[in-house]
Amino acid sequence: MEFLNAFVALSNYVLIPGIAYGSQLALGALGVTLIYGILRFSNFAHGDTMAFGAMVTILVTWWMQAQGISFGVLPTALLALPFGILGTMVLLVVTDRVVYRFYRQQKAKPVILVIVSLGVMFIMNGIVRFIIGPDDQNFADGARFIISARDFKAWSGLDEGLALRTSQGITVITAVVVVVALFWFLNKTRTGKSMRAYSDNEDLALLSGINPERVVTYTWLIIAALTTVAGVLYGLDKSFKPFTYFQLLLPIFAAAIVGGLGSPLGAIAGGFVIAFSEVTITYAWKKVLGYLMPEGLEPDGLVQLLSTDYKFAVSFVILLIVLLFKPTGLFKGKSV
Amino acid sequence: MIVVEDVHKHFGGFHAVDGASLTIAEGSITGLIGPNGAGKTTLFNVIAGVLAPTSGKVTMAGEDITGLPPHDLFHMGLLRTFQIAHEFSSMSCRENLMMVPGGQSGETLWNTWFGRKRIANEERALAAKADEVLEFLTIEHLAEQKAGQISGGQKKLLELGRTMMVDARIVFLDEVGAGVNRTLLNTIGDAILRLNKERGYTFVVIEHDMDFIGRLCDPVICMAEGRVLAEGTLDEIKANEQVIEAYLGTGLKNKNKVGA
Ligand SMILES: Nc1ncnc2c1ncn2[C@@H]1O[C@H](COP(=O)(O)OP(=O)(O)OP(=O)(O)O)[C@@H](O)[C@H]1O
Ligand SMILES: [Mg+2]
Repeated sequence: MEFLNAFVALSNYVLIPGIAYGSQLALGALGVTLIYGILRFSNFAHGDTMAFGAMVTILVTWWMQAQGISFGVLPTALLALPFGILGTMVLLVVTDRVVYRFYRQQKAKPVILVIVSLGVMFIMNGIVRFIIGPDDQNFADGARFIISARDFKAWSGLDEGLALRTSQGITVITAVVVVVALFWFLNKTRTGKSMRAYSDNEDLALLSGINPERVVTYTWLIIAALTTVAGVLYGLDKSFKPFTYFQLLLPIFAAAIVGGLGSPLGAIAGGFVIAFSEVTITYAWKKVLGYLMPEGLEPDGLVQLLSTDYKFAVSFVILLIVLLFKPTGLFKGKSV
Repeated sequence: MIVVEDVHKHFGGFHAVDGASLTIAEGSITGLIGPNGAGKTTLFNVIAGVLAPTSGKVTMAGEDITGLPPHDLFHMGLLRTFQIAHEFSSMSCRENLMMVPGGQSGETLWNTWFGRKRIANEERALAAKADEVLEFLTIEHLAEQKAGQISGGQKKLLELGRTMMVDARIVFLDEVGAGVNRTLLNTIGDAILRLNKERGYTFVVIEHDMDFIGRLCDPVICMAEGRVLAEGTLDEIKANEQVIEAYLGTGLKNKNKVGA
């Protein structure tokens, strides 16, 4: 009984949130890694692109809610998601045509592109705040829980309740669908193979029938889908606030680098490594240990290694360790 | 077919190509020789659109192609191989060859979803062609192997195979023979002659192996220090005072390679 209670508490506060957060980071890191592999720079505007995609989705969601359109128990935001993706596609393709293409034609060095993306970041940042404001926005609707703590307690007879929020369930399912679709695309379709070829050896790709501009455009379209999905899932799960998306940049980059920049599989693994490190290190283990330790030995303190205020420090430390000891990451990406 | 007029390529103050002019006749197999660092590869890169020339002009069949991106040149039938073999390392050798031809239906998103049958047919034809090429190069057993894992010489063969996947008009080969054993080198020589005769490919061949050059090439152009020194048959070149001086001037390390 004690053990089951401990396990339920662990699932509730560590496993489920970790998996959901890991999926969100993995989607973000996949985007970062694709851009790094194909366009060859670290895109600092990634977090704000996520914010933009989420913002468009939220605006459409509000409009749908006002029209009385709903998706039953599921959040209306899922219906609005395709519009968010379309909006972001337009934004990214226009940005590429107006900004990045110029530097590509100059054969600008990656460092220059990184700085350029920093500029793009500030502009996107401004656009999002201008349109929706800097504050928290609420757009989640539908059923809040798939399994609620009270129902679970009544059903299992345990002291601990297990809660599975709808947003967490949706996050994981959506992430799996998106990742499967992406890998199918990259490995099985001609366009996907062109993208991999371009990422693998640009000089050679340029000297064959691969049209580089087309590869770049498709990359941005995929990035638009990935960022919007990641941004909306994060917003549904936590909340939408433009500044948090900027902050997400650190764990996302940490995930991509830990996994190995340029490696899609690595990005997914990295996402979960970072998410679980962050969650386990900032979680107060008092409750779980209370069930597991023999009587009299239960901890008095919170048993929390780091306060949640320092959660970004976790990504930072992991990033440093990886860069020091294995710069190519877990899955042999390009070294940074 | 290709006319290079007074091309200069400077890297900072260094003149890698320093006023090179030459003409490559349609249907010929032209040899390009010269000591290490003569600027042969750099000139290839300028012609193939990888590097923009500092000054000068390149025309193909009368059309100005100076500074056109490699991708456009590819579609005009101008192909090249790399001195240091390039490959898509995570793809199989067959897939590597299948990447070469452009304009596939599978390249548009629309067809990816709605033209599955057409794509499947095209892919099958491409795979068959790739296998044919691999067999021709005697490396059919490597079809499924990841290109990153094959040997250096085999990568060179794959480079050559790439030029056979499409109907090229002119092919620039940068030391395809380097690191390939003699028997295979002869096979490559046969392949070049056959492509030249049967498919009408024009070739420009950079090579340090004079036997190879002598067997295939007429005319032979000799470069040194970024300039064209002499042009003629291999025997004429070998007898040329300036050429001998250029090779000896670079020290002993090239002497054995000249084989003169
Ligand atoms: N990107 C570059 N930057 C600076 N110098 C370069 C660059 N590429 C080539 N060079 C210089 O230009 C000169 C000509 O080089 P190139 O590769 O064209 O010689 P090559 O004739 O092909 O020699 P090899 O027979 O050894 O292949 C060399 O001295 C080389 O150092
Ligand atoms: Mg060379």
